[in-house]
Amino acid sequence: MSTATSANSEISAPSQSFAKELRRAGRSLFKAKWPVLAILILIAVVTASAIGPLIAPKDPNRQNIIKRLQEPYTVERSGEVEFLLGTDGLGRDVLSRLIYGARVSLLVGLTAVLIGGTLGVSLGLIAGYFGGRTDDIIMRLADIQLAFPFILLAIMFLVVLGPGLLNLVLVLGIGQWVTYARITRGQTVSQREKEYVEAARALGKRDLAIMFQSILPNIIAPLIVIASFNVASVILAEAALSFLGLGVPPTIPTWGGMLAESRDQLLAGRWWLAVYPGIAIMLTVLAFNILGDWLRDFLDPRLRTIG
Amino acid sequence: MWQFILRRLLQSIIVIFGVTLISFSALHMAGDPTYLYVGERASEEEIARTRAALGFDKPLHIQYLTFLSRLARGDAGRSLTYRQPAMDVVLERLPATIELTLFAMFIAITLAIPFGIVASLNRGTAVDGGMMTLAMFGQSIPSFWFGIMLILFIGLGLRWLPISGHVAIIQPLLEGNFREAFTNFPQAIRYLLMPAITISLFSLSRNSRLVRSSMLEVLSQDYVRTARSKGLKESAVVIRHALRNAWMPVVTMIGLEFGFLLSGVVVVETVFSWPGVGRLVFNAINQRDIPLVQASVILFSLLFVGLNLIVDLLYARLDPRVRLG
Repeated sequence: MSTATSANSEISAPSQSFAKELRRAGRSLFKAKWPVLAILILIAVVTASAIGPLIAPKDPNRQNIIKRLQEPYTVERSGEVEFLLGTDGLGRDVLSRLIYGARVSLLVGLTAVLIGGTLGVSLGLIAGYFGGRTDDIIMRLADIQLAFPFILLAIMFLVVLGPGLLNLVLVLGIGQWVTYARITRGQTVSQREKEYVEAARALGKRDLAIMFQSILPNIIAPLIVIASFNVASVILAEAALSFLGLGVPPTIPTWGGMLAESRDQLLAGRWWLAVYPGIAIMLTVLAFNILGDWLRDFLDPRLRTIG
Repeated sequence: MWQFILRRLLQSIIVIFGVTLISFSALHMAGDPTYLYVGERASEEEIARTRAALGFDKPLHIQYLTFLSRLARGDAGRSLTYRQPAMDVVLERLPATIELTLFAMFIAITLAIPFGIVASLNRGTAVDGGMMTLAMFGQSIPSFWFGIMLILFIGLGLRWLPISGHVAIIQPLLEGNFREAFTNFPQAIRYLLMPAITISLFSLSRNSRLVRSSMLEVLSQDYVRTARSKGLKESAVVIRHALRNAWMPVVTMIGLEFGFLLSGVVVVETVFSWPGVGRLVFNAINQRDIPLVQASVILFSLLFVGLNLIVDLLYARLDPRVRLG
């Protein structure tokens, strides 16, 4: 599979111009329909995280005890609807908290994947390119990490280090490297003996340059696919950790944190506190999953076994 | 074959060492771990006494060796909240968690196979499209939120199933009380149903997609065409020829699946107030009972490593390519 993949990208990549490729991507996007939905969701989420303070109707932390636990779309005496999606136990506006919450999910998801991806790809390239003892050590480390159920490992470190945005991103990010390292290593091994690598070596290119400039561009397709799915699973993990109280401090609204707070109101039937943040997480994660599926089909249908 | 087993065993031992080393270093990541054990208003003298009592004043490598030798005897320190050996507290809760995980695994595998087959046989139709859309959603829903929704609509709304509680099966079995385990069974399933569905949702969705795509691959193979042209019934072709190869990707993942489901229990047990290790960990987090968290993580990891080893060895026994290779 992997040899076929690389052969394909080697032949087709240079002959097609970027604009042409982009048009092909656009056409395939609309033909598959679902990705359009994904893009729309992502535009909404990115907008919410970028200009949240401008579009949120209220201050997400402003408490209003008199108007606590208002149902969504409650009509005030003045005939207006003040809280479109209701208020929580402290009288805070659910819609505004939802909009602000997008920021943490997206920030954590993307940064953690960037950290994990960079680390994993580098180690995978090193392991695959040099082989031998280096390879053994790196892959054994990967095995060790895989032996931990991931959430538990994250819990252990966060309990000791204390919660907070930076710790959260680091733990989630470092937790992801194995996935990238394994794929990168496998791909690198299959590229190592190829003519273009040999040519680069003959031209006197240094190992580091060969790894990152020659090999990496040829194995990037499956990594992009993995990254898209990975953002989805990191967002889910962040929500779970926030739910457990190991996320960012409670003053920053997050979807997982909102769900955690909704637990106390569940038996009283305050459904809106639990329903909306969950839908927000689901749609965002869905968007990245759909995007991953489409990217896989678009970049190379033969990667179907991934994910 | 023997070489494979030996290599695999050696690998597991290295991994177990790694697990202990990481669990040990986690404790020391934030500096002197003594402060995790004493109250915020502890005096200098009290801190020094605790430090000496727990051995945190010794050099790190000595501490690690002590940690290892204690662990080998099943001692993972004392829980700060229970005032008992942490491992005992965790082990006491383990049966409830195993019940939940096994039942979830049962759902994730036994349902995924028919789902995947039906979707693959109806490729491109509304049935296939609908099922795969559902699976896509299933992979995107935060499991604990799905659990909350089940509680809200099935439990509180329709009142079909209990929203919390637990009836033991494994515990009476361990005590040799088979009759009790047997009579408990129907009740236990009622309590298990919602949490187990919640935990298995992600795996079920992923496995369905996996079975579908590997079925599609297998169905286009020559031997399936041969079987069909021999005039075999479609059901025989699917079950005897195609399925046997198509579920391999799922079988290979059973070990990993177990670990995956185990990590799911922490949040889901919290949602359903299930009296297992997961909820124990959640409470331990809130009370900063580090030894208890550590003991749970180590136990889960050991279970995971052991199970993967068993699955791999079984797999090697079953697959001639590994057995002879």
